[in-house]
Amino acid sequence: MDTKKMAIIATKGTLDWAYPPFILASTAAALGYETQIFFTFYGLQLVRKDLSVLKVSPLGNPGMPMKMPFGPKWFKSINWNMPNAIQAIIPGYENVATALMKQTIANTGVASIPELRELCQEAEVKFIACQMTVELFGFEHSDFIDGLEYGGAATFFEFAGETDICLFI
Amino acid sequence: MNFDKELDARGLNCPLPILRAKKALGEVTSGQVLKILSTDPGSVKDFAAFAKQTGNELLSTAEAGGEFTFFMKKK
Repeated sequence: MDTKKMAIIATKGTLDWAYPPFILASTAAALGYETQIFFTFYGLQLVRKDLSVLKVSPLGNPGMPMKMPFGPKWFKSINWNMPNAIQAIIPGYENVATALMKQTIANTGVASIPELRELCQEAEVKFIACQMTVELFGFEHSDFIDGLEYGGAATFFEFAGETDICLFI
Repeated sequence: MNFDKELDARGLNCPLPILRAKKALGEVTSGQVLKILSTDPGSVKDFAAFAKQTGNELLSTAEAGGEFTFFMKKK
């Protein structure tokens, strides 16, 4: 039987959206898929050496529950959603939301992004960074982790054209 | 049931139990049995799906007090 293949295009650069590509790629690798992720536009943030750049913002995100990761159960179940206009004027709101989310992640036994990324690399998931967006955003190759390959759309299609599953995230 | 290796994946959430199991299966030989403990309710369907797709045999699944026990035989 031929090895199954999966390709993902990762386009988002926030902490929440870092999960789907790394979860799916690491799991696919565990299931025996040959897997590749093409990081482009904001997705480039996911292959930075410094992953502390990843934040989550509740601003303009009505689907995000805002719950506290500590305290008694009744307190944790309160939803602290507030109007966008108020969120926007509180300094450091995004940093607080990110810190709370990281605490919730740790509390629920969900892997951290650095851990999932490392698991992908251990499982030999191939990472390709879009050279065009590297230049567009003024990044240097030294901003990114080792083991990345740099390429363009044609590089993506070379592998994607042979895949069983191809996702845009 | 007899087993050759045990994996404690309690407290871990998707996809970690599967990833750890994959790694643990790499440390036993064909025909040996891995016992897996998990508290992730999603792992019940996930281990069945993992077994189906990888050819490793899921010998049994049991639940007691919110804790799941799986026995998986390496292909």
